[in-house]
Amino acid sequence: MSTILEERKDQIHLSGEGAIDMACNRESLAGAVSQRACVFCGSRVVLYPIADALHLVHGPIGCAVYTWDIRGALSSGPELHRLSFSTDLQETDVIFGGEKKLEAALDELIDRHSPKAAFVYSTCIVGIIGDDLEAVCRKMSEKKGIPVLPVQSEGFKGSKREGYLAACKAMFKLIGNGDVSDISPLSINIFGDFNLAGEIWIIREYFEKMGVQVVANVTGDGRVADIQRCHGAALNLVQCSGATLDLAKMMEEEFGIPYERVSYLGIEDMADSLYKVADFFKDKDPGILERTQKLVKEELQVLMPELARYRKDLEGKKVAMYVGGSFKAFSLVKAFRHLGMKVVLVGSQTGTREDYAELEQITDPGTVIIDDANPLELSHFIKEKDVDVFVGGVKERPIAFKLGVGFCDHNHERKEALEGFVGMLNFAREIHASAMSPVWQFVPRRAGRMTEEKKEAVNE
Amino acid sequence: MSKVKTPKPNFVSTTNACKLCTPLGASMAFRGVEGAIPFLHGSQGCATYMRRYIISHFREPVDIASSALGEKNAIYGGGPNLKKGILNVMKKYEPQVIGVATTCLTETIGDDVPMNLKEFRDEFGDLDLPELVEVSTPSYSGTHTDGWHGAVRSLVEQLCTAKVPETGRVSILPNMVSCEDVRHLFDICRDFGIPATILPDISETLDGPALEDYVKIPSGGTPVSEIREMSGAKATIEFGRCLPKQTGGTSLEKRFGVTNHRIGLPMGLRESDALFETLESVSGNPVPRRFELERGRLIDAYVDGHKYVFGKRAVVYGEEDLVVGLCAFLAEIGVDVVLAGTGARGKGLEAAISRVTDGVARMAPEVREAVDFHDIAAEAESLKPDLLIGHSKGYRYAEAWGVPLVRVGFPVHDRFGGQRILTLGYKGALNLFDRVVNAVIEKKQADSSVGYGYI
Ligand code: SF4
Ligand code: SF4
Repeated sequence: MSTILEERKDQIHLSGEGAIDMACNRESLAGAVSQRACVFCGSRVVLYPIADALHLVHGPIGCAVYTWDIRGALSSGPELHRLSFSTDLQETDVIFGGEKKLEAALDELIDRHSPKAAFVYSTCIVGIIGDDLEAVCRKMSEKKGIPVLPVQSEGFKGSKREGYLAACKAMFKLIGNGDVSDISPLSINIFGDFNLAGEIWIIREYFEKMGVQVVANVTGDGRVADIQRCHGAALNLVQCSGATLDLAKMMEEEFGIPYERVSYLGIEDMADSLYKVADFFKDKDPGILERTQKLVKEELQVLMPELARYRKDLEGKKVAMYVGGSFKAFSLVKAFRHLGMKVVLVGSQTGTREDYAELEQITDPGTVIIDDANPLELSHFIKEKDVDVFVGGVKERPIAFKLGVGFCDHNHERKEALEGFVGMLNFAREIHASAMSPVWQFVPRRAGRMTEEKKEAVNE
Repeated sequence: MSKVKTPKPNFVSTTNACKLCTPLGASMAFRGVEGAIPFLHGSQGCATYMRRYIISHFREPVDIASSALGEKNAIYGGGPNLKKGILNVMKKYEPQVIGVATTCLTETIGDDVPMNLKEFRDEFGDLDLPELVEVSTPSYSGTHTDGWHGAVRSLVEQLCTAKVPETGRVSILPNMVSCEDVRHLFDICRDFGIPATILPDISETLDGPALEDYVKIPSGGTPVSEIREMSGAKATIEFGRCLPKQTGGTSLEKRFGVTNHRIGLPMGLRESDALFETLESVSGNPVPRRFELERGRLIDAYVDGHKYVFGKRAVVYGEEDLVVGLCAFLAEIGVDVVLAGTGARGKGLEAAISRVTDGVARMAPEVREAVDFHDIAAEAESLKPDLLIGHSKGYRYAEAWGVPLVRVGFPVHDRFGGQRILTLGYKGALNLFDRVVNAVIEKKQADSSVGYGYI
């Protein structure tokens, strides 16, 4: 197939066709128009929702400006995270070094905003000119009396994954400094949820109903003080494909706190996650199992009849998804089953070998599994599989639309809550609106198909 | 007439920048060439971020390739990746042109792109190579408009290399305008009876129709053959009063003696008159009646609506030449621009504004280069604006101050149709006028306890 470069062939697999052996975690191929971002992007995604911290991007203007409030992460209080701070390096800084400017910028911004901590992100160019971020941050920490933390996120030093690690390392320096005396034995930290469209508030409410205290949100609607004392929690819940997994591992090692991997997307995964927590605490509080069952039952009673209505229309429609982390893909595959839809393509930017093996397990034979795809490959498969709905991010949207295919935004920029039971309903509603709109009748590629269908119907 | 100078804030850090980075402008300009694909020489992240940003405005696929440099390349040089990347793009996209723009990273490590491209041509001379155009775009010394103008100049200098016989065409270098603006310019030239080459022409490539299939590179854009023949044009007309000294237009004049008319962005009545006069002289044809009517309607509208907007205080920000054009237009309708700001520096913004508002403006605005939104906000108290005019990114501030934002320029991320906002010519001025007057009226209605339904 001419759209697929020879060097990319072992990053594409068909479910059920022989052993899966995906080449992944590779550097993106030069000239391949990858949908991937950079290390900096990874760090920024993870840390950005900490709302009372200052996020200063040390570099030329672009890296900061392209990440200015593009996510949907909401805060219930301070909103410092929604501003875009940069040292906006100029030619002289590049020649003589940017440390002085960084120091002055921190001085100015910390005085202006009184943040609880500051994260300083290094970008590609900072890695090249060799500014000593550690030293500047140490100095400013002392001077200002708040943690000033370097995030080593030079873009070229890998992919988003390395950025996650850099973010976790920076956050880990905060942990262990806060008072934990009033923390309940039934307590958790929520890791890897970014409070897109207020999702973490939905999840927190479930836990509150179960009688579980949430110590820290890491990082959606996050606060520095909560993170500083989050080592007092009994359990860490890690969502998402490993954005905060490293942090959970560090905490397990250092503080002996266990972690569970969870997902709040879709019915089973949401319920399973709650049951996992109930199970964990059942010795300390036997009543928790019953409370959890009751919660799930009540939610499902509301949800299921509504879903059934959407399902009627959506039954048999075909869907493709291209997501950042593959963990999300697992939940989505299951969620689409509830809508009666067939998943025909699953791709991710940063999946691991194990992730893809699991995807191969849970998808129907013939499903395309793809790592680090690009617009040409995606459009090729959308056509070949005759997809009705595509799930992805902003960069994928116009590809779907140009091909006359419905689209659902399921990334960090979404503004619609899709987690939890109520999120499943929102999700169904959005998929329904994406697939059932009459506009597809007018799109050239689909218009042809519709007339064919009509002809067939007449002939029958 | 005089105004009290408020002390200007002098911040070290940038908060909510009012500019974008250089290669983004270059990528957008390259997208306006037929069969072209932009290629960023740097790490993957920059290209992805810029794609995302441009896509959100135009709502079109925007493929920007990258040499996807990793750590080793950053140390040993990115040349090999650049070549490999170009080969891959050739294989997959079969482009006629690859527009290579550097990024901060490759500028800093000192990659010699012209040399790399020369080597590439020598090495792969047996293949059917696309045109390779390069532009140097470090973001630490410029903004996205520098990238745009740089790319346009590179296209002209690297593709138009020989004098050709007279073509009877006119070349227009329109600056960073919308897709709709470019379409309008084509209409104007057609009615003048003069064939035009517009560079870049994003009218179709960044605002395409729904099609049967996904096209790798959208149709439309300035044909390479026309760029080659710009040396034989009757004249070049370039828009902008804050342009760099050396541009595509000056280069054509110097090398091939093609007269370069540098006029402002034709926004508002007087700056549009300048365009129509220029076209009259270049084409040798009188202004078609259609545009005389448009001009008349514009003045008629100015009269009808003048009371609603007279004396209103506006903050205007964005690309330097857009700001100049808006000031020209606003001065004509009696709106006082209290602050005119751009994120760029060293553009002679103040002089340009005073020139285009001469004789009509009631006051000279405070003019600020290298401004960000924090700077603007710091003066909100004393500025007391009634409205903001600029791209979407001023939204938070407009909201905080309870004043309307009239969206124009790039990017428009929170409304539909940014690519279809018409600003040029009499028709563009009319469109802007309606939007400004209606913004003022809407605000009046929203604030009124009575809610007049008959204005
Ligand atoms: S490194 Fe330079 S080119 Fe890349 S996004 Fe940042 S400012 Fe733009
Ligand atoms: S310069 Fe580096 S850090 Fe910034 S966006 Fe580009 S790849 Fe990412």
